[in-house]
This record gives sequence, C-alpha cells and structure tokens, in this order.
Amino acid sequence: MKEAGIKTWLPSLLRLALVVLLVAFVTNPGWFEPLLKPLTENNAPAIYNQGSLLTLTLLHLRTVLIATVAATIVAVALAILVTRPAGVEFLPLSRSLVNIGQTFPPVAVLALAVPAVGFGEKPTLIALFLYGLLPIFENALTGLTTLPANVVEAARGAGMTGWQRLTKVELPLSAPIILGGIRLSVVISLATATIGSTVAAKTLGEVIIAGLLSNNLAFVLQGGLIVAALAVLIYDGLSAIERYTARRMGREAE
Amino acid sequence: MIEIEGITKRYDATTVVDDVSMLIEPRTIAVIVGTSGSGKTTLLRMINRLVEPSSGVIKLDGADNRSLPGYELRRSIGYAIQGHGLFPHRTVAQNIATVPVLLGWDKARIKARVDELMTLYQLDPEAFGPRYPHELSGGQQQRVGVARALAAEPNVLLMDEPFGALDPIIRNKAQEDLLAIQKRFGTTIILVTHDMEEAVHMGDKIAVMDAGKLVQYAKPAEILAKPASAFVETLVGASEKPFRLLSLGRVRDAVEKGTAEGEAIPGDASQRDALAELLWSGRPALPVKGDDGKPLGRVTVDGLVKRAARPA
Ligand SMILES: Nc1ncnc2c1ncn2[C@@H]1O[C@H](COP(=O)(O)OP(=O)(O)OP(=O)(O)O)[C@@H](O)[C@H]1O
Ligand SMILES: [Mg+2]
Repeated sequence: MKEAGIKTWLPSLLRLALVVLLVAFVTNPGWFEPLLKPLTENNAPAIYNQGSLLTLTLLHLRTVLIATVAATIVAVALAILVTRPAGVEFLPLSRSLVNIGQTFPPVAVLALAVPAVGFGEKPTLIALFLYGLLPIFENALTGLTTLPANVVEAARGAGMTGWQRLTKVELPLSAPIILGGIRLSVVISLATATIGSTVAAKTLGEVIIAGLLSNNLAFVLQGGLIVAALAVLIYDGLSAIERYTARRMGREAE
Repeated sequence: MIEIEGITKRYDATTVVDDVSMLIEPRTIAVIVGTSGSGKTTLLRMINRLVEPSSGVIKLDGADNRSLPGYELRRSIGYAIQGHGLFPHRTVAQNIATVPVLLGWDKARIKARVDELMTLYQLDPEAFGPRYPHELSGGQQQRVGVARALAAEPNVLLMDEPFGALDPIIRNKAQEDLLAIQKRFGTTIILVTHDMEEAVHMGDKIAVMDAGKLVQYAKPAEILAKPASAFVETLVGASEKPFRLLSLGRVRDAVEKGTAEGEAIPGDASQRDALAELLWSGRPALPVKGDDGKPLGRVTVDGLVKRAARPA
C-alpha cells in the first residue's frame, strides 16, 4: 500500500520540484550563483549577464510554439489531403517532400535562409518548421490510415458527409497519435532552437554561445539545463494529455 | 418497397454478387442467409450505396437509389453494421443520437427518442447513456448498435447479423422487440443472419445466397418444403425441418375439439413449443386457451405430427 503510494506520488513530486526550480532559476538566477561559481575562472560572472534569462526563456518558447503550430497545421492538412480519395496520388510526393525537410541539416537551412530573410528569428522559424513537419505528418498519416474500418463505415452508413466524417470521427480518433507526433516535434525543436542564436535569434542558445566564446562553463551549463528542463516538462505534460485523449477516444488498447 | 434488379458487384475479376434480383414488399421482413463470403453484406450495402454496384438498379419505393446524394440516402435508411461499429469516442447516448443529430432534430426530441430506445433495449438511460462503448458488454454494444440504426425512425432498415452476440434470452427478446417495432411503424427490414432459426422466425421471405448468387427467395414454409437445391437443403438442416415448419404455425391454428388435463397453453404459442411440451410431459393432448383465458380446445401429438410432415 505504502509503496504504491510512493510510486504514484513520486513522479508528480519530482515534476513539481523541477517546475519550482526552473521558475526560481529564470526569475532569480542570483540565488544560484554560489552553486555555479566553482565552474568559472578568473572571477568571470557565474550567471548570464548580457540579458534576462526569463526573457530568453520566454522567447525560446515562443519561437518553438510558433514553429510547432505552423508545422502542425501544414502537416495535418497534408495528411488529411493525401488520405482523401482525391489526394492519394500525392502521397508519395508529400512523403518525400517532408523527408527532405528532415534530412537537410538545420545549420544548412539557417545558412540558406539568412540571405533570403535576413538575420534574427525568421531563419530559425523556417528551420524549426521544416524539422517539425515529419514526425507530425507521419503520425497523422498513421492515425488516419489505421482507423477501425467498421467505425468509419458506420459513420458513412449513418449518412455523414466526408467533412463530417473527418471532423467528427477521423480526426478525434487520430488525435492521440497526432499528439504523439507533436510531442516529438516540440522536443526536437526545443533543442534545435538553440542553434538559432548563431544567426541572432533570441533564444537560450545565446547563453550557451556566450559561454563557449568566453570559455565560461557556467553559462553553457545553465543554458543547457534550462533547455533540458523545459524539454522534460513539456514532454511529460504532452504525454499526459496524450494518454487522456487516448482514453477518451477509446483507443488506449492500441 | 425495395426492388433489386439484376445487381452485380465485381471486385477486379471476382464476382461477389452475381445478377441478383429480388423484390421486398413494403412493411415486410426479408432475411438473407448464406455461408460466410457468399455476398450477403455486399448485397445489403449496395442498397444504401456504401458499395456501388458494377451493374443493375435498386429502387426504393419506385425511385432509383442513385437519385439522392449518398449521404442523404443513408440518413433515411437505418443501418446496423456487422459487429456494431460504435463510435468509441462518443457516449452511448451520443452514438444512438447520431442520425437524429445529422438530421437536425431539436435537443428535446433527440433526448426523448434516445431514452425511449434505451429503455426498450433494457439499458437504463441514466446509467448507460453517459458511458462509452468500451464500458459495455458485447451484447450491450450490439443492442446500442441496433438502437442507433432505429433512432431516426427509418422506413427501411438494413441489419447485418444484429443479434449474433446476444445470449438466447436477450436475442429472443430483441427479435420480439424488432417484430413489434416493425409492425408498429411498418418498417421494411432486410436482415442478414447465419441463424436459420432466426431466419424462419423473423422472415416473411428468406433469400438464400450461395457464392454471390441468389439460389432461392421464398416464404419460409416453401424454403422448408421445397428447397431449390441440395445447398438450401443443407443450410435448412434436414433433421430440423419438421420442427422449423411447426415453429411457423400458431397453436390456435392447430386446435381440435375436445378437452385435456393440465395447464392450458396460450393460442399464440408456436406449434413447436406445444409439441415440445407434449413430448416432455408425456401427455397425448394439451388444453389451449385464448387471449382472454377461455378454453379454445386442445392440441394433440397426433395432430401436430401430421402438421410437421412435408407439405404436399
Ligand atoms: N472491398 C472488397 N474488395 C475485394 N473483395 C471484397 C471486398 N468486400 C468484400 N469482398 C469479398 O466479397 C465476398 C463477399 O463478402 P461479403 O462481406 O459480402 O460476405 P458475407 O456473405 O457478408 O460474409 P459473412 O457472413 O462472413 O459476413 C468475400 O469473398 C469478400 O472477400
Ligand atoms: Mg457479412
């Protein structure tokens, strides 16, 4: 009994602790100075001092959010299109397009995008968007093509139009799988967004790069840790939402 | 009335429904029987155009079923899919309400109808309405599937093995309920089944399919008396024939003059039940009573045995 209690409480407790730690760190980094001080040399600052960590964290999240939303819309729309009778012939084409987005190194995307759209957030958004497409598209495709056949047939048999079947049956039933793709995409983007700072995007990469340039291990570590904590928490949260929708859609057995 | 005229369905080179023609009178039940893979489901699904025929025409009350858009046609036809096909992400009440919602009924009317059907199928609306399909037993799911097909009070009802997962008691009840609904609303029903007992009991006419072909389409008594082929004979079950024939008749039609000892059997009971009772109790005759409880006469073993013989 007691063990089961600990098992169910411990993860939530750890999560809560991580949230508290993260919020405390980005709002009051000064508190943690003694911890990071031993990592610095020559009396260099232990806490990033060229901008607010909180602002950078929020900007980092904003960049990831915008890129993921755009990638979700495009990937899901594409998956819907190629699973309709009229669009099946585009399935191979769209697959390869999305795959190209994935095989292209993000640094190369940045390098190519900068001349076209200039420095700053834009090239980063383009890279993250292209990177986010594949997992969402693949999952949406899996979701939409593995629906229980007689449920879809029942929807047709009840007299739903194509649009009604899509919105009332197919998308809700695929939602858990699509969410899985979004989760993967977000986590990839959270990490990839750091390299955006090489082209002057305001992300947590700035902290890491500043650390590398000034040989300040404390900077590198704090930038990396914030990104890691965000990734863990968001991954966790999205997994929970996913499990909840899967239960609601009666697809938990799969 | 449903007129099926020369309907054929081919998938590539294989013909799964082969030039089937049949006429289903309004307000009657046609039962389709046949071995697995004989094309029963495919034939049924061509009526509401879930499957488009390769050739042939199907008319509903004189109108070609292609004169409406498919989805509108299907809203007007009840369809209980093989294996229920309930929407896993919708509650039982929402599942049943599917077609009424599509037709734009108002909320109060939908709720009243859902409650009515759930009560009919012995599912307490308060307890079961908010549940999800995976929280029901297989038999309960199947009843919800049938209730969903009935929800919009369709004139035509297509049912694909709707009672397969029900235990004998609930199946009997579901069959009686369906017959009652059919009588009350004058619904035309096409029902697919593997169960010959059910076919004889429910069908005004029985259609026997074999490898895509309609091999016989006739009243149950005729199917039993004059099977068109050895296949039909096997399907009917040779050793069951006399009892199936008896199950078609009511006791009141077999009444003879005279009296007998013991508890009376209602005139509405089937002759088969009467014979079973006689054989089991080892008596030569049973008294028969009418709906009002008054004695009508008696049934005898000899009389019933004569009726179980092959009709001339
Ligand atoms: N979409 C399809 N493509 C190719 N063949 C099909 C298709 N649908 C059905 N068939 C074939 O048509 C034949 C008849 O199938 P159908 O589902 O009508 O049989 P059934 O009589 O309903 O069988 P059961 O009693 O097992 O439900 C089967 O051999 C089946 O494999
Ligand atoms: Mg079938």
